[in-house]
Amino acid sequence: MEYITQPWAWYVAGPVIAFIMFLLFYFGERFGVSSNLETFCSIGGAGKFTDYFKIDWKQNSWNLIFVAGAIAGGFIASNWLSPSDVVALNPQTIQDLSDIGIANAGATYLPDEIFSIDTMLSVKGFFVLLIAGLMVGFGARWAGGCTSGHAIVGLSNLEIPSLISVIGFFIGGLVMTWFILPLIF
Amino acid sequence: MKYIKFFLVGILFGIVMSKAEIISWFRIYEMFKFQSFHMYGIIGSAVLLGMVSMYFFRKNVVKTFEGNEIHVAPKKRGLYRNLLGGTLFGLGWALAGACPGPMFVLVGKGVVSILVVIFGATLGAFLYGLFKDKIPH
Repeated sequence: MEYITQPWAWYVAGPVIAFIMFLLFYFGERFGVSSNLETFCSIGGAGKFTDYFKIDWKQNSWNLIFVAGAIAGGFIASNWLSPSDVVALNPQTIQDLSDIGIANAGATYLPDEIFSIDTMLSVKGFFVLLIAGLMVGFGARWAGGCTSGHAIVGLSNLEIPSLISVIGFFIGGLVMTWFILPLIF
Repeated sequence: MKYIKFFLVGILFGIVMSKAEIISWFRIYEMFKFQSFHMYGIIGSAVLLGMVSMYFFRKNVVKTFEGNEIHVAPKKRGLYRNLLGGTLFGLGWALAGACPGPMFVLVGKGVVSILVVIFGATLGAFLYGLFKDKIPH
């Protein structure tokens, strides 16, 4: 049990993710989480605004079930498989975050400065969360995939579009982390 | 019943995302600061093993459980689509510290504020659908 409750190393997590991708193909589907966002739109009636969302979303039901499982898995892991919420970060990372105004880095999974209820209920905090989501959702559908569809499946399949997308992920991620985050907090 | 297997795979996904701390905002920040090998090791080893899977799919050594060939449809080509869409995604990924998969896992962890991010992401997908004919691909 100790092997399960301690944090999992990269050489455990990577193969498990590859196994998940394999299983979904074996079950006749394809690993890709961000397409669910379009399914939400279709279910919510977005087809009234543009034909893009007029799809038979029921064929994506399996993916909604997968997401429901992911939520359940998160619940199981945090309630029964994780005695500690501490993330063993590089000390330099903790120092860098302290310098830009994010305290106690690694004491929990998420910074209070972004995710606490008080932050969410402030105007600035709410818009940080909303805009982060907007960029993820718009960007993922524009690029035709997110980390699962492009970085895992696409790169595994040696696809040039996925390589370009992942380069984009890093351009955006580096600009945000190095230049924009220090201005926000 | 045919859906229960997807629920179980989803549970495994939620557990690995949690236990390997991939759902931690701090791990994403650390990755983009190049201060840890953790995330690179995860993505790298998943992709290497994924390549092996793809090889067996292409050679038809592995078929679906129903005996059909596994065909991996290629992603859409287009420099603007992939580079600009990818960059916008990356900006959001580093700010939210979560890509779409981990967002849902965080709901299971009980993080209320991630619902705002998921709402934003759904709205983002909707806006893409509205404006997709007006942006370069």
